[in-house]
Amino acid sequence: MLPASFDLTRLRASERWRVSERLFWMLPLLAYVVFPDSLVLLTHLFITALFCLSLDLILGYAGIVSLGHAAFFGVGAYAAGLLASHGWGEPLSGLLVAGVCAAVLGFVTSLLVLRGTDLTRLMVTLGVAMMLYEVANKMTSITGGVDGLSGMVVDPLFGRFQFDLYGNTAFWYALAVLFALFWIARKLVHSPFGLSLQGIRLNAGRMPALGAPVNARLAAIYTVGAAYAGIAGALMAQTTQFVALDALTFNRSAELLLMLVLGGSGSLYGALLGTLVFMVAHHALADVTPEYWEFWLGALLLAIVLFARGGVMGGLRYLAQCVQRLSRVGGGAP
Amino acid sequence: MSYALETQALVKKFGGFIATNQVSLQVEAGARHALIGPNGAGKTTLINLLTGFLEPTSGAVLLGGIPVTRLAQHQRVRRGLARTFQINRLFSELSVLESVLLAVNERQGLSAHFWKPLAAHSAAVDEAVELLRTLNLLDVAYEKTRSLAYGKQRLIEIALALAAKPQVLLLDEPAAGVPTAESRALFESIAALPRSVTIVLIEHDMDLVFRFADQISVLVNGALLTQGTPAQIANDRKVKEVYLGETVHG
Repeated sequence: MLPASFDLTRLRASERWRVSERLFWMLPLLAYVVFPDSLVLLTHLFITALFCLSLDLILGYAGIVSLGHAAFFGVGAYAAGLLASHGWGEPLSGLLVAGVCAAVLGFVTSLLVLRGTDLTRLMVTLGVAMMLYEVANKMTSITGGVDGLSGMVVDPLFGRFQFDLYGNTAFWYALAVLFALFWIARKLVHSPFGLSLQGIRLNAGRMPALGAPVNARLAAIYTVGAAYAGIAGALMAQTTQFVALDALTFNRSAELLLMLVLGGSGSLYGALLGTLVFMVAHHALADVTPEYWEFWLGALLLAIVLFARGGVMGGLRYLAQCVQRLSRVGGGAP
Repeated sequence: MSYALETQALVKKFGGFIATNQVSLQVEAGARHALIGPNGAGKTTLINLLTGFLEPTSGAVLLGGIPVTRLAQHQRVRRGLARTFQINRLFSELSVLESVLLAVNERQGLSAHFWKPLAAHSAAVDEAVELLRTLNLLDVAYEKTRSLAYGKQRLIEIALALAAKPQVLLLDEPAAGVPTAESRALFESIAALPRSVTIVLIEHDMDLVFRFADQISVLVNGALLTQGTPAQIANDRKVKEVYLGETVHG
């Protein structure tokens, strides 16, 4: 006979912060101490991780494939850049405006993206990004075209912390924004809304039979993902005080997809770890073979999709299971 | 009095092929209504028209007397029309509890809530647990769906439909692929549902149909041949000729 009250501990446990997570978030602080000369690079890492997180929300959780996610990054970057170069230098409101601009674009394009199947989605996202790239390229008087957008003046953060040459303020600023948005995303994926997104990814055909308006849900998460990407772009603009046209390139979208697959899509930490592994591999390989580093990156990618599905996160989960099994055998279960 | 579910001269053409031909079906509230017919008679097409998966070429579908012909699938579910699928369509990577919770959340209108964790919506969790208890799935609540035997998965299929608290439940061959011993248990769960739920059943096993149903409609070549009580159908000369006499599926 089953007990009258059902044990919900495991359901509740899924959204609790684990020890490993707490330790993971100590890493940036450790990096600050260990690599004080690489703050600019670390800031770049945080921003890319946020960008990757935004793709994970739409691809990893909701299953919307995209080859043009740079569109939102670019729009966010130009929005923040244009504000700061036209006298509005306050950084936090700049982030907000950039996020809203990208979200509006995300919502509008979601109406196109959601119409088709995976191939259509790849092409529509790619097409939107290509068009935006050429718009930015052509409108030199506003965007600076290939020369990039310069002349940005970003005010001190909270009116106190100047964006310094060593990247001290930028480091803490980017890390704080990354953590805050990660925290929100973590709330989101563990909520009923997050579960319904997973339902759509796993079996979109079944969801209407449960009463779910599938396209409305997908449009919502696509808009959120776009806003995240836009904020990442704005961070990049504000911390470097420059927007290059390459914010909108296809290469940026493709690399992002690569990072996510590398880390393991469908897991928030997969997005963060994928960015970390990609950027570390980039630097290590570029040191060894400056001209051919992408060869080894390609090989790594093949190895992951062929032999280690689920990327770095999948591998870690597999290891954790092995350790658990070993300890059960060794320790002798009661 | 209006019927729980009704179709009026429903037609569905695929090119030149008429899959559903002038079907006017009436299902009374509280009925255990079976839909039988040889393979290719258009039973599943009819279910797809009822649920809104397909749009009819002409005709109307009424739920509780109200036309729902133009409504999308999810809107019909919200008005109390739920279904199960002939072949399991489940969420392989979700646990049984999560799957049912997903369905309960949809009905309770929680799925747009993006802040509080799943477990914090205790009314939904309680209801999901109750549903699992009813269908004897509580002991596998934390197992992943794909790790369960097909018969157990079949119960999840039904749990997902019941989570919608339907007034009308369409069961598309609920016992398909389930071993005989388990299909008995499955039908006991279905028979135990309250009479407030109207059930439309598609089933090939005639023993089950005649034991379970109080109304039977016979579909042949996309058209409704006849409709009546199990006794009437069993003695119907036309039915014997075109259906029972030729191919008795079992």
